Amino acid sequence: MKYETVIGLEVHAELKTKTKIYCGCKNEFGGEPNTHTCPICTGMPGTLPVLNKTVVDYAIKAGLAMNCSITKYGKQDRKNYFYPDLPKAYQISQFDLPLCRNGYIDILVDGETRRIGITRIHIEEDAGKLVHNDYDGTSMADYNRCGEPLIEIVSEPDLRSPEEARIFLETLKSILEYTEVSDCKMQEGSLRCDVNVSLRPEGQKEFGTRCEMKNINSFRAAVRSMEFEQKRQEEVLSGDGVINQETRRWDDVKGVSTVMRTKEDAQDYRYFPEPDLLPIIVSDEWIEEIRGTIPELPEQRKARYIDAFGLPEYDAFLLTSSKKTADYFDETVSLGAAPKTVSNWLMGDIAKLLNDKELESGDIPFTPAQLKSLIDLIEKGTISNSAAKKVLNELFNNPEEPEKIVDRLGLSQVSDEGELQKMVQEVMAQNPQSIVDYKAGKDRALGFLMGQVMKLSKGKANPQVISKMLKDALDQA
Amino acid sequence: MKISKEEVLHVANLARLKLSDTEAEALAKDMESIIGFANKLNELDTDGVVPTAHAIPMSNAFREDVVKPSYDRDAMIKNAPSADEGGYTVPKVVE
Repeated sequence: MKYETVIGLEVHAELKTKTKIYCGCKNEFGGEPNTHTCPICTGMPGTLPVLNKTVVDYAIKAGLAMNCSITKYGKQDRKNYFYPDLPKAYQISQFDLPLCRNGYIDILVDGETRRIGITRIHIEEDAGKLVHNDYDGTSMADYNRCGEPLIEIVSEPDLRSPEEARIFLETLKSILEYTEVSDCKMQEGSLRCDVNVSLRPEGQKEFGTRCEMKNINSFRAAVRSMEFEQKRQEEVLSGDGVINQETRRWDDVKGVSTVMRTKEDAQDYRYFPEPDLLPIIVSDEWIEEIRGTIPELPEQRKARYIDAFGLPEYDAFLLTSSKKTADYFDETVSLGAAPKTVSNWLMGDIAKLLNDKELESGDIPFTPAQLKSLIDLIEKGTISNSAAKKVLNELFNNPEEPEKIVDRLGLSQVSDEGELQKMVQEVMAQNPQSIVDYKAGKDRALGFLMGQVMKLSKGKANPQVISKMLKDALDQA
Repeated sequence: MKISKEEVLHVANLARLKLSDTEAEALAKDMESIIGFANKLNELDTDGVVPTAHAIPMSNAFREDVVKPSYDRDAMIKNAPSADEGGYTVPKVVE
């Protein structure tokens, strides 16, 4: 039997506010353990939380960018559980009246637009961090992260493959970056996701039983965990087995997931309205004020690249999926470089080098002006395409003006006709047989002679120029 | 509404409370009467009444996003039963 995969995601994004959600402690990654804490974020008895207004602004901004309706009367709730990273023994979150509901984002899958529903976006506080000691049965609790503001974005189960889920995550990340509500630094854990996967026989309407994998902190790990789960469930179902609803733990090193908690011992969070915090009433004016701060989003920017620059949709999609890359592209083009050429560099060699060096897309170590100079050097014929790649490599390692790199590495092409003419004559004199072959119609002879001239010039001859010279010389010989 | 001893023990476990049998039985009776008292409200016709999310008629108490100095770490940690190198030492619980 053929099965269809159904995936829903819950994404936690750290908001980029200056302070925590309920107190004035710094919202900042790192720092010496427990240096960003106070009685409020460590849950001391008798303290009262006060909501950071910017958290509400950012959550609504994200909601508007994802086409959500904004809840006019929202509240916060307590989610109760015991774990040493949570000093209050409850997390303040939102249960039945989240700030944003019923939105969607459009993603591009195989050239087609798919609309993925956003069930809700709510605000909540993050928990602390535990560093386990492997030897003495204790852990060290660091509460710097405790009380940092998060939004949780919940998708509808509209995704149909791990690849689609990956594209959804990338698109979501780009919206969060564009709206500047989160810095989306995966390596600092500012974006984490829970993955829900189920399978159903193709054509069946009802969903199958789902399994959840929690707290996955890279897109790559998320995709791998989904692929694993898809395969595992297919094997169980094909063997007439039954999928149990459970939470599984993804081990990214071993590439497998194992049962963490079954439905029977699912946690009972006993949500109830947070009595220490007042309702959040959002007026139309407030919503419009926030709407006014939303910049050009990836979707609109993509359309602009297609219309104004004539870029293919694929290029436009890739360039705009990272705000930094798109800003870089705009700046290089504004300096006068041809849009398609810039796009080719960004999506080709530059993307490859960023990936090799494990840099985030858009974290290009040299300036748009330097890229423009590099492009100019190729167009003027000063350097060949292969020399340009060497310059690019060097730009990644020790960025300086491309002209200087060309001089330093001696990469400029020889286009001086006199010098090239000498080499052409020399090669022809040494290879009389090739001239005979060429006259007899063997095109390969030309290629061979070209190769010899290139070798003589130590790869610096301008191939267009010598090709023409050789042909002229051969025709006269 | 009847509350069983098992239900009391379940709730006690969620709150990490250890109860003796006698305590659990006594609490079952107490909870029964508390819930019975609250159940009285079910006799009211609440159609058309907006659910109350909060008892105080106030809303939107916010603070501006301005950093305030955090507390001194040593002062904070002084309250902990056990600490080491600026961290709270807690039993290792791996989920």
